Amino acid sequence: MSTFKDASHLFRLAAVFVAGFLVFLIVRGFLVPKSFGQYGHYRGNAMAEIAAQPINFAGHQTCESCHTDVLEKKKVGRHARVNCEACHGPLAKHADDPTSVSPEKLDTAVLCVHCHEANPAKPRGFPQVVSADHSTGLPCDTCHQPHSPAISTGGAK
Amino acid sequence: MNITRRHLLLLLPAAAVAWEHVLAGTPESSPNYRMTEHWWSMLIDIPKCIGCGNCVRACQAENNVPDGYFRTWVERYHVSDWDLENPQVDSPDGGKKGFPPSKDESGKNFFVPKLCNHCAESPCTQVCPVGATFVSPDGVVLVDKTYCLGCRYCVQACPYGCRFINPKTNTAEKCTLCYHRITKGLTTACCESCPTGARQLADLKDPSDPIHEFLKTHSVQVLKPYMATRAKVYYNGLDGSVR
Repeated sequence: MSTFKDASHLFRLAAVFVAGFLVFLIVRGFLVPKSFGQYGHYRGNAMAEIAAQPINFAGHQTCESCHTDVLEKKKVGRHARVNCEACHGPLAKHADDPTSVSPEKLDTAVLCVHCHEANPAKPRGFPQVVSADHSTGLPCDTCHQPHSPAISTGGAK
Repeated sequence: MNITRRHLLLLLPAAAVAWEHVLAGTPESSPNYRMTEHWWSMLIDIPKCIGCGNCVRACQAENNVPDGYFRTWVERYHVSDWDLENPQVDSPDGGKKGFPPSKDESGKNFFVPKLCNHCAESPCTQVCPVGATFVSPDGVVLVDKTYCLGCRYCVQACPYGCRFINPKTNTAEKCTLCYHRITKGLTTACCESCPTGARQLADLKDPSDPIHEFLKTHSVQVLKPYMATRAKVYYNGLDGSVR
């Protein structure tokens, strides 16, 4: 028995550990967000927060719901599968408020060469021109209609 | 300003309210979206890519990506026919302003758009010490910026170099696959603005998605398959020299 006469120290130490663990659990209960661990080792609400980011590109379905005339023209041309905002840029603000926010007029001399300037890395069949030789800096819409470019009559192959 | 005990006592309730907001989070913003019904991926058709940089510009406009950083970018490869193993790669400003004419027109020249591969077994989420990055139940690798410490482990862990530290927030940032758009039935900003359809958002859990027919009929690869990350960005016509 004499070897255990100091055992009460150990019980006190154990009590301190148990109390410390309880404090840890309580503090943890306060600090860990409620949605943490909902789907895995992360905060479940983070996804809703990321999904709440505002949209800048309205999407071609939104554009087409009003601009049916452009859609009709575009549908039959070579740009049928090019979405509106690929050229016009992000216009969700215009879609939300069409009267007060109007899109800028595009400069085709700058815009068209993004895609159609000749480059050996582009796919062979893609229509490309060396713009300096082809148009000498004239805007492309002098001859081509961007919504339905008539490639056979425009001279560009 | 010196914070006295009185000031501190006044600040504590405000801090408690702010923390309560962090705990609660924002409510669901797209109520009709069910995460378990989707498994997002992307298809990149290299023979269709013209290197116009529309995707890079669209991504920056949609997601306020700081200048000089990229959630998606386009690389131009030049592979000489006598040295297939050592391609020359350039990507001036991520391809945002297009590409200058190639210096060497011999050999193979082509563009490779890159973005987060949204790996199902992603190394970046495994190294995060605080649970700030994760693969969502619909297969998108996301960053919780309120939890991120900015320790850069994930930036180092990504085998594809798809992450960076945002210099303003000092937190890790990456492609979210436009999570705010795809949960509302829209496609990503890069896919929306791609003029040739070289990029297509795909939902592998949707049986009517055209990707299933495409995967059946084409030779499709992922980047660095030997990393066993189960990447979900599928490349059609990927050259063996692409790293």
